Amino acid sequence: MVQIFLKEFNGFLNSLIAYMVMGVFLIIMGLLMWVFKDTSVLNYGYADMSTLFSFGPYVLIFLVPAITMRSFAEEKKLGTLELLMTKPLAERDIVLGKFFAAFVLVIISLIPTLIYYFTLSHLGNPEGNIDTSGVMGSFIGMTLLGGIFCSIGILASSITPNQIVSFIIGAFFCYLFYTGMDSAAALFNDGENSLLVRQFGIVYHYESLSKGLIDSRDLIYFFSVAFVMLLSTKTVLSSRSW
Amino acid sequence: MSLKISNLSKYYGRQKAVDQISFSVNDGEIVGFLGPNGAGKSTTMKIITGFLPPSEGSVEIMGESVTDYPMSVKRNIGYLPEHNPLYLDMYVHEFLSFMAGIYGLSLSRKKERVIEMITLCGLEDEQNKRIGMLSKGFRQRVGLAQALIHDPKVLILDEPTSGLDPNQLIEIRRLIKKVSMSKTVLFSSHILQEVEALCDRVVVINNGKIVADDRVENLLHGGDNFFIIEFADPVTTEELMGVTDVEQVRQMEKFRFHVKAKAGVDIRQALVKFTVEKNLSLIELKQEENSLETVFSQLTLVKKK
Repeated sequence: MVQIFLKEFNGFLNSLIAYMVMGVFLIIMGLLMWVFKDTSVLNYGYADMSTLFSFGPYVLIFLVPAITMRSFAEEKKLGTLELLMTKPLAERDIVLGKFFAAFVLVIISLIPTLIYYFTLSHLGNPEGNIDTSGVMGSFIGMTLLGGIFCSIGILASSITPNQIVSFIIGAFFCYLFYTGMDSAAALFNDGENSLLVRQFGIVYHYESLSKGLIDSRDLIYFFSVAFVMLLSTKTVLSSRSW
Repeated sequence: MSLKISNLSKYYGRQKAVDQISFSVNDGEIVGFLGPNGAGKSTTMKIITGFLPPSEGSVEIMGESVTDYPMSVKRNIGYLPEHNPLYLDMYVHEFLSFMAGIYGLSLSRKKERVIEMITLCGLEDEQNKRIGMLSKGFRQRVGLAQALIHDPKVLILDEPTSGLDPNQLIEIRRLIKKVSMSKTVLFSSHILQEVEALCDRVVVINNGKIVADDRVENLLHGGDNFFIIEFADPVTTEELMGVTDVEQVRQMEKFRFHVKAKAGVDIRQALVKFTVEKNLSLIELKQEENSLETVFSQLTLVKKK
């Protein structure tokens, strides 16, 4: 797994993808947080980071599938998948190596936004007047959300040799899991079914984490979705033999 | 026995790509795997290397079944897939150490092997280039280096020389010859001179079935026996049919004949005697070389009907 992880991660660093993703993410977040009047914290008047945490996932919906779209699609197109599959490597290791390479890249892009926390903390009145536990919960939520998006992107990439198709499918399912479930829940009139559908979506659990309470149910949700996606990817890879 | 295939079949849906084939390759043998395009060569190789599972039958490498012990079998195989897929944006050096790393070689051993492979495959000047920048011949060497990096006992090469120019072809062949000294090699090709130059034995496959499995010399001498004879004076085919052991005579040009004789009989002496007796002047007399091409087309075209 480590071999594949290193190869993928070096691939990101050598092909400018890593810098593009980090650059674009940080520029968009920086502009939204500090520059654009509608969303700027400075205009808002409260030492609050909700701008980052509500817009961040939407940016990730587009960036994460862009990171992951080539992972299997390109290998299929070039035929290098055959090379990997005939090496003594477990399919599980290939999938996990690729997943973690993308996930680590997402985490690295998120890390610089921690600076916003310290900045806002200093801007608070009195200094340090910020909901620290809420911010940390949101950071954890956003990281896990990035993880789910990576696993969705990897799955999307494994089902097609075409990178554009992989990107579109990935972005669509990221959206579906993020707010799509919420919107679908609104279609139900009775509360019980509506809540059930809402719980399938990421937003429900993400909001719960952003209150600053790290609930094991939310963590289990994030891990199980990522697990199912990666398991499906592995199944797709072995399906060549059916 | 390094490689043993028994009753191997592979279906793609309803289509039979490989149909009940069995053959084995002994230690240290170089076997050519011949057949027209679409005959099932690549499918067979993909099954041998564990990329595809067989529908029926079994493949054993060094006595271990591919389906039961995929990991240890994969360690024993060096595989060059068809079209030689490589990571084009990686550097030669980087790619080879990635491949070596997969086999879990220690760091020092890895470095050593990468350097050995670069020297063996003549990649010294190219080792710091991106694979995408290399010419096809050099890419093929990288592919071979990759297949050899863990010093496998069995080498499976799927059309290692397709698409190369004549010089590159000779170099790659020489390279295969060099590395195959201590290894068991199965390589597919549809270039016949190559098989003739490299292999001890040939397995010919057509429509998923084995149509010949023999030593190259035996294949060459087993076919039909033709002679060409040309005279300066008029001769009729009937007269030629009179010579002993002649089975068939075809007039090619005015006084030039294509003579088919009984298999294994050299009728040149008889033909010369015939010329002298009839007081004719002989211009040309030769035995037609039975090339692998004719054997190949006989084997693969006739069987199609």
